[in-house]
Amino acid sequence: MNIGYFPGCSLTGTSKEYDMSLREVLAALDVRLDEIADWSCCGASSAHVTNHLLSVALPARNLQLAKEQGMAEVMAPCAACYNRLVSAQHEIATRPELKGRVEYVLEQKIDGAVTVLNIIELFQRIGTDAIAAKKTLDLDGMTVACYYGCLLVRPAALLGFDDAEQPQSMEALIAATGAKTVDWNFKTECCGAAHSIARTDIVVDLSKKILDDARAHGADAVIVACPMCHSNLDMRQRKMKNAADGHADIPVLYLTELIGLALGIEHKKLGLDLHFINPGPLLARAARKEVAA
Amino acid sequence: MKIGVFICYCGENIGRTVDCAAVAQACASIPGVAVSVDYKYMCSDPGQNLIINAIREHRLDGVVVGSCSPHMHEKTFRKACSNAGLNPFMFEMANLREHCSWIHDDIAVGTAKSIDLVRIAVEKVKRNEPLTPIRVPVTKRALVIGGGISGIQAALDIAGAGFQVVLVEKEPSIGGHMSQLSETFPTLDCSQCILTPRMVEVYQHPNITLMSYSEVEKVEGFIGNFSVTIRRKARSVRADLCTGCGDCVQKCPIKKKAYSEFEEGLAFRPAMYVPFPQAVPNIPVIDRAVCTYYKTGKCQACVKACGRGAIDFEQQDEFVTEAVGAIVVATGYKLYTIDKKPDDSQYKGYGEYGYGVYKDVIDGLQFERLASASGPTGGEIRRPSDKAVPKKIVFIQCVGSRDESKGFSYCSKICCMYTAKHAMLYKHKVHEGEAYVFYMDIRSGGKGYEEFVRRAIEEDHVKYIRGRVSRIYEKDGKYIVRGEDTIAGMQVEIDADMVVLATAMVPQPESAVLAQKLGIAYDNHGYFVEVHPKLRPVECSTGGIFLAGACHSPRDIPESVSMASAAAAKALVLFGSDVLEREPVVAKVNESTCAGCFYCQKVCAYNAVERREIRDRAGNLRKVVAYVNEGLCQGCGTCNATCPSKSVELIGFTDEQLYAEIHALA
Repeated sequence: MNIGYFPGCSLTGTSKEYDMSLREVLAALDVRLDEIADWSCCGASSAHVTNHLLSVALPARNLQLAKEQGMAEVMAPCAACYNRLVSAQHEIATRPELKGRVEYVLEQKIDGAVTVLNIIELFQRIGTDAIAAKKTLDLDGMTVACYYGCLLVRPAALLGFDDAEQPQSMEALIAATGAKTVDWNFKTECCGAAHSIARTDIVVDLSKKILDDARAHGADAVIVACPMCHSNLDMRQRKMKNAADGHADIPVLYLTELIGLALGIEHKKLGLDLHFINPGPLLARAARKEVAA
Repeated sequence: MKIGVFICYCGENIGRTVDCAAVAQACASIPGVAVSVDYKYMCSDPGQNLIINAIREHRLDGVVVGSCSPHMHEKTFRKACSNAGLNPFMFEMANLREHCSWIHDDIAVGTAKSIDLVRIAVEKVKRNEPLTPIRVPVTKRALVIGGGISGIQAALDIAGAGFQVVLVEKEPSIGGHMSQLSETFPTLDCSQCILTPRMVEVYQHPNITLMSYSEVEKVEGFIGNFSVTIRRKARSVRADLCTGCGDCVQKCPIKKKAYSEFEEGLAFRPAMYVPFPQAVPNIPVIDRAVCTYYKTGKCQACVKACGRGAIDFEQQDEFVTEAVGAIVVATGYKLYTIDKKPDDSQYKGYGEYGYGVYKDVIDGLQFERLASASGPTGGEIRRPSDKAVPKKIVFIQCVGSRDESKGFSYCSKICCMYTAKHAMLYKHKVHEGEAYVFYMDIRSGGKGYEEFVRRAIEEDHVKYIRGRVSRIYEKDGKYIVRGEDTIAGMQVEIDADMVVLATAMVPQPESAVLAQKLGIAYDNHGYFVEVHPKLRPVECSTGGIFLAGACHSPRDIPESVSMASAAAAKALVLFGSDVLEREPVVAKVNESTCAGCFYCQKVCAYNAVERREIRDRAGNLRKVVAYVNEGLCQGCGTCNATCPSKSVELIGFTDEQLYAEIHALA
């Protein structure tokens, strides 16, 4: 299987381990990634709050590049990129006047659509059977909370693969790794997202609520599929602590890292050493049991 | 042919933008026009006399009036023609008002267009044929579908006027949702106390045949002459022998396998059951899906208990056919389900409120049962999960209503009132309890309604918060209700013990299927549609079928009862005459050219196309052709447009007439 790949800025920087683990896992599952040549910003974060046209034109440019490079499907692992690409494509398809303006600023025609997948849809396409077949390590010693955040299963009006308020698709994938998942309250709560820099206090407050709830429901790790979520939940965890709480660290892993663990990929190749909260102790506990061949 | 043209000014309505005198003058020269005059108000008595006198004086055999829309005065002018001895169908109307003067502001343009419109009508009338109205006899019996308060009211009204009524109810008992309610707003009188006497009245009325646990299977015929097939579902109990003693229900060992529909799932009922103690008829039903006998053939506890030998395990569904002249549809509503996300639907449900994951997040009808003295808690407000008395209840209005992104665009209308009632009942029973209501607006239009809501707020201290709830989650045994207070401009979180969702009213799930059986219109939600929203609110576009209650749109009890009486009155108007007259504008098949392809039958929305065999004198079948039942045909013309061999004509609107109208412009 070949699939177009739009990494987005985070995966080349703050969430390098997401990119690393993604490439490792897909290689192990015989999926080849074709990175869009000359890709640019997706229009998330700054663009879509400052200039609507820009927030549509940027994804349109990237998708047009994918189209020209012969890709029928493009996967965007970052939830924000995914949301921008899907939303922009929808807007262009339904508003001819906007399409005209986008074509004008891009100085090129936009012809046809490219199917945009997020990381969950890609794994659904690959299938849980394929993951289970290549599994070398049973993760049943791990209990995780699947955190979707605000963007992964939205906009609800455009996405058909899961419910925006009670999503279940990540749990279904994780079942293939053997890890247990918990029913908890804050799967789709806001982590504070891009306020991380300007209003760290808000992010710390919101992210703490999420982690507290995950912990209270018995999770020993939180699984995410969004670089923004990851950095807020992982990097800001130190700030959440206060003496009264006495909370233990709770590792925050990418979905790809968890699947990579089950596939028996080396921790370093998955970038597991790049997190602020060290997942080592947890992994040491979980990694004891190998799948009988 | 001698045709008279009469141009109306309609005061200034037409006169302002059309030079009516010039139109009359110009039309005088259209071939065939014998007389052409203008007058200020053609619909007035002098105006009509002008037409009548002209018909007599000039021996006119066709009349064209250039005035308003046929909707307005076609009947008036047809009658005038008729009074002068001219066949009323030798009259045509040119719409110089809605189609011309009201939409133009240039006199020259308006005048020229008016002349064209009259010319078109003249060409049409030249090709008109004298027609006679279709006359059909009326069967003076009514069918009422649905035995809730609307159906009960309609049946009692029609029966009270001396006509026979067949009342069909799909559940084992009549009474509908009203029988489940505890108290009713705005007077807080007991729902069952006012309803059950009416249920008994239905049962005892000599003019009403009650068919409970029955459903409409098939509807044939037309206004005044319907033939309805009704499926009488097998109760497994013989109604002629059963005395309603209830011994079988007592003895049924399968007590906890089926949730009680009447208690909205808050209690169990036996496999052999009567929905509620005051059920009418008081005859039990066996739920074959859970009954041991039907599974293993072993248990016969009910047979042993019954002293009358009324249990009949072999009973089959029966089909009866009833001839009726009018049908009142009163199938009511159900609540939008919060149990789980509906699979098929275009609406997305409310995962943020838990989809029935949380046992103490319930809907309005469940709360009614909790508050009802006859309910599973004997009228004490106790939450379903642990039977504790909730100290704090949050009520959320508009769950599914007024929410196009997740539910329905419409307002369910009754929720503001019943939520106020619920909160009030709770405060009356749990004095120290706290009741919060999240609302978008409070819509309390109705006699004594606003006062009722004010009472809840001011006397019973129910706390109203304007805003939506974004999430409910469980924490330490409480339900955290997180919402926005849009007046204070802040987020609020309430740790409730129980949450009541005022979920949207939706039509019965089978309403679209029933509408197709009846040949009546329904909207995108499944609500039945009336002919005219203001002036004919209870009539369907299919003649002889009338609507009552919440199957038409969300309605409360007083409105449903008024509508039911209105529907009954409409049925009685129909029964006031022995014979019905209707417009002869129906389709007619040319049997000599019809090839028998029956495309017309496929497209006919009214099931009016039948098959007719053509035989020669020796009785040999020559061919099968289409035949239009005049009683059913509504004159829509779809068959006419569909027929590949041009063998169907719409009388009064033949191809020849329409082409002549087009040519008149060329």
